[in-house]
Amino acid sequence: MIVADKKPIEEIIEEIKDKEKVLILGCNECVTVCEAGGKKEVGVLSSALRMYFLSQGREVRIDERTLERQCDHEYLEEVRDVIDQYDAVVSLACGVGVQFMAEKYHTTPVFPGVNTCFMGVTEERGVWSERCQGCGECILARTAGICPVSRCAKRILNGPCGGSTNGKCEINSELDCAWQLIIDRLKALGKLDDYEKITPIKDWSTERAGGPRKIVREDVQQ
Amino acid sequence: MKPKTPSKLEKILADGHLAVTSECGPPRGSDPEVIIKKADMIKDHVDAINITDNQTSVTRMCSLAACIHLKLKGLEPVLQMVTRDRNRIALQSDILGAASFDINNILCLSGDHQSFGDCSKGQNVHDIDSMQLIQTVRHMRDEGKFLGGDDIKRPPKMFVGAAANPFADPFEIRVPRLAKKVAAGVEFIQTQCIYNLDKFEEWMKMVCDRGLHEKVHILAGMTPMKNAGMARYMKNRVPGMDVPDEVVKRLADTPKEKQSEEGIKICIEAIQRLKEVQGVRGFHIMAIEWEEKVPEIVEAAGLYPRPEVD
Repeated sequence: MIVADKKPIEEIIEEIKDKEKVLILGCNECVTVCEAGGKKEVGVLSSALRMYFLSQGREVRIDERTLERQCDHEYLEEVRDVIDQYDAVVSLACGVGVQFMAEKYHTTPVFPGVNTCFMGVTEERGVWSERCQGCGECILARTAGICPVSRCAKRILNGPCGGSTNGKCEINSELDCAWQLIIDRLKALGKLDDYEKITPIKDWSTERAGGPRKIVREDVQQ
Repeated sequence: MKPKTPSKLEKILADGHLAVTSECGPPRGSDPEVIIKKADMIKDHVDAINITDNQTSVTRMCSLAACIHLKLKGLEPVLQMVTRDRNRIALQSDILGAASFDINNILCLSGDHQSFGDCSKGQNVHDIDSMQLIQTVRHMRDEGKFLGGDDIKRPPKMFVGAAANPFADPFEIRVPRLAKKVAAGVEFIQTQCIYNLDKFEEWMKMVCDRGLHEKVHILAGMTPMKNAGMARYMKNRVPGMDVPDEVVKRLADTPKEKQSEEGIKICIEAIQRLKEVQGVRGFHIMAIEWEEKVPEIVEAAGLYPRPEVD
């Protein structure tokens, strides 16, 4: 999933402090799972904003709504009939949702309510960690199913570097060394000999280096 | 191993001499005299001088410019180049720039993470890794081609080196990792600072068992300790460093004013012991901001005078 984290409320207040009618718009997908932008968080943020404006002696209408997704036209269309009632939307979707919302409702200011962080997993409740950077050319087959692009601080394709200590990364003793994980798993798979295969220079043109990406699939187009 | 480049370092190693290299860190400013002065202190006692490339990710004068200053003085620089700060265009371009001054040695590194340095909020590049940089230099030199496939007019003639850390984890792949660098085309290795001589010898034995010592020249990395505090710091704070307790204790048990002398003594003893180890082809003495001690170490370790080669 796309993992997001809460934005400090001061930042959100700074964006909407002059508004009078604001819609706080949640998303029922990834940001709900990572507890940053679902219905529950919409409620919490809305209450906090109402209390803030009350304490400032301001009358600001804060409405709450959560869509199934903010990255698909059909769900974003659900607010079309009410959007003109607001002078701003705070979207708690990931950056994708915030942008799609802004693209669709051209004259309504849309502000991000979360910081979008990475594609990752729920390690345990309240702990999420990165697994993928969407490089567009998956190399997991040659790295025992563990990604050095997203999990090595230097995204070294032929690691580990000299900074791996006790299985941890040189930048943070809490962070697993991706290459230690790769080697452990190669061993578990009985394929440690594969370690000596040199991974060739990567084609990064499928990553952000190649500019904004787009996939057109004629086989699924109507 | 016959020399393939005009590198003096390569010739010395090919002639079977124990090589001695050292390193100088460029200044945090633009005064060329700083690097020239450091190099002058050691030039008669070493065969080549590494110039570090923004080591520990602290911004400094660039390695290439500092190498040029040494080259213009008739010295033999080793251009250290990290993949942290440059993409494949910049790396190839800098290699050609260095080659245009007949800088004949390169050390291919990934570089410390930028979070250690003065620009911890900056991006890193890592378009290619150190293994692939070795391949890149060899490709440019041996095939005379750019990575993109076009011909290079006057290809670089560089002796290609890399680092190896015999102590970093996981230990079991430390020899396979060297084998991988050899397969990528590395010709000399400068190791991480060695304090745990037993563990280094264990690594060297495994290196020799695989016959890698016949394919690559291994220079043992040496850094004299200035005092017990430095030993403790290296032990506890520097990633991938293995400083045994007895080394720390030996320094700590020495009166403060004698600790630096003791540190030099430990270094000399280590060189003398490792000179006898199969596969050790020389020493890389990294006297960090203590370059003036290099001549004394080289002489006391019986590595002076340095051989003359054509």
